[in-house]
Amino acid sequence: MSTVTARGRGQPDHPPARHVDPEARRAPDDGAGERMVSLAAGSLLVAFGLRRRSVPGLLLAGVGGSMLARGALQSPTAQAIGRALIGAQGEEGLRIAHGVLIDAPADELYRAWRDLERLPSILTHLERVRRIDERRSHWVARAPRVAGGRVEWDAEIVRDEPGVAIAWRSLPESEVQTAGEIRFQQALGHRGTVVHVALEYRPPGGRLGALVATLTGVGARRQVREDLRAFKRRIETGEPITIEGQPAGRCGGLGRFAQTSGRTS
Amino acid sequence: MKALVWCAPYKVQVEQVPDPELLNRRDAIVRVTSACICGSDLHLVDGFIPGVEPGDILGHEAMGIVEELGPDVPAGKLAVGDRVIVPFPIACGRCFFCKRGLTAACDNSNPNPELAEKLFGFTTAGMFGYSHLTGGFAGGQAEYLRVPFADVNLYKVPADLHDHQLVMLTDVFPTGYMAIEQCDPQPDDTVAIWGCGPVGQFAIRSAFLLGVRNVIAIDDEGSVPERLAMAREAGATTIDIRGESVYQRLLELTGGIGPDLCVDAVGMESHGYSLDALYDKVKSMAMLETERPHVVREVIRCCRKGGTVSIPGVYGGFSDKFPLGALMNKGLTVKTGQTHVHRYLPELLEHVRAGRIDPSFVVTHRVPLDEAPEAYEAFRKKRDGCIKVVLDPQAGPEAA
Repeated sequence: MSTVTARGRGQPDHPPARHVDPEARRAPDDGAGERMVSLAAGSLLVAFGLRRRSVPGLLLAGVGGSMLARGALQSPTAQAIGRALIGAQGEEGLRIAHGVLIDAPADELYRAWRDLERLPSILTHLERVRRIDERRSHWVARAPRVAGGRVEWDAEIVRDEPGVAIAWRSLPESEVQTAGEIRFQQALGHRGTVVHVALEYRPPGGRLGALVATLTGVGARRQVREDLRAFKRRIETGEPITIEGQPAGRCGGLGRFAQTSGRTS
Repeated sequence: MKALVWCAPYKVQVEQVPDPELLNRRDAIVRVTSACICGSDLHLVDGFIPGVEPGDILGHEAMGIVEELGPDVPAGKLAVGDRVIVPFPIACGRCFFCKRGLTAACDNSNPNPELAEKLFGFTTAGMFGYSHLTGGFAGGQAEYLRVPFADVNLYKVPADLHDHQLVMLTDVFPTGYMAIEQCDPQPDDTVAIWGCGPVGQFAIRSAFLLGVRNVIAIDDEGSVPERLAMAREAGATTIDIRGESVYQRLLELTGGIGPDLCVDAVGMESHGYSLDALYDKVKSMAMLETERPHVVREVIRCCRKGGTVSIPGVYGGFSDKFPLGALMNKGLTVKTGQTHVHRYLPELLEHVRAGRIDPSFVVTHRVPLDEAPEAYEAFRKKRDGCIKVVLDPQAGPEAA
């Protein structure tokens, strides 16, 4: 039941296999060797994922967590340690909720979000969203290049009220269980519209995945917050404010000397 | 082009740097004809405000001529060749705050808001030449200045006024004015102003412009006599912090009730002669405190019950021994903030045009940009009667 694929670069781009025979995972030849590989690869992915402190990092760590769990949970000692470590963690994964006040009518903002294929230009952890039909779409999230990964799933729109809300969730067979909702609430007075965004990622790997998700949650929240700020700024001002490319001095000559010698008066 | 660059605490120098370019479609490039050194530049140079990086171009009080305009600057708003002043906060003109005239609180103009959010909870507007806490925008002490959202941040000015009358509108005049105006002064109020640097001088004159008749100016007669002399010229009663007890004198001058409106126009690097000032000096040198808030303590202590404390002076971080008890028990109102320059420009320009004030009174020095490092020193040490320095980026090094 793997819809999450960590692909190498250069591999053909095809929809993920959705129906892996569950028996295949418990085959007798899935022994010590594979367990070690799972543990090693899983640890690596968790480590990379955690370092990223982002939504892709979270998903990657989740994939790693899944592999780690597969390797670890078959060893009695590791099982005990694992239980002690993650016993207190829930299985809900990561929820991100944020609101941003934008000086624009709800209808205009709704239109910017309704075209799911344009969503990656707002939420930067997404690489692309491809429409399959009126309700369903295929989603690809970014993952660190070094791990060669992308994370993919299919999702369906579950709510669509023009000017009010859009909500989607991954199809039941996806291994990344994810859901999202955008609500457009007219603010009091003439303040514009509050855009409420709620995202939920339940990464693969069960409880270990949830632990990893909790650890990466801070970075993921920050990323979504920054994405929404950029969206608000683009809508309100029409351009991204920047200082990239402005002049600066090099502190040549005595200036550099002063830097190393500290206060000069 | 030439620009004044910060390299290390207490070290600035003039360097050749690349010319600025249009980075966005609503940007403009201004050829700077006058750029001032501000008291808050000293806070930056001295390392009291976090987030200044080696190579940063300083200066947030600039004016000049529009040299180049981005393609999305609305036609008819500005033209190449227009004479303009540049308010020091950068406003987008569209956000919640800009629409309410709170342009120094613009939500969209700081490209690096996370630093300020960590420190203050929310970010201020981006500001020119004023640390990466406020966006790290290259400043105006240079031959050319890039201005974002040019249709909002360039204000056209008439040709018949001198640069020195106009460049004060970018910061110090509106800052002194807002310090009084936002406290809703009444004609029978007594206004006491600590610090008679340029902001204090404009606060004194703004109080009179706004109908106040009793203004008291407080500074150090021994080290900066020219400042108190300037305050007396404006019609203020003066108190010398070294010669007399400020609190006692204020009681005497107000019949024992204290001033109605007390203004801290000094800010974070106040130099006092009391025990608490020494305490702050030691703590800030040991990096245990970011401010020397001696003046704001005295302001709160001296203010009458139910009065208003106004703080145009700049603070950047955290203060010790803040007299919260006096603030609460006396029921004081606090008014402060970076200056919403844009909102005050029409009425202040009107005061200038009508001849009710000539903002150039405060200028004591005009020097070529090449001499800026020496001018910073003269300003810091208040040598040679130095109150306000205007830099001329277009003058050659040999001109005076």
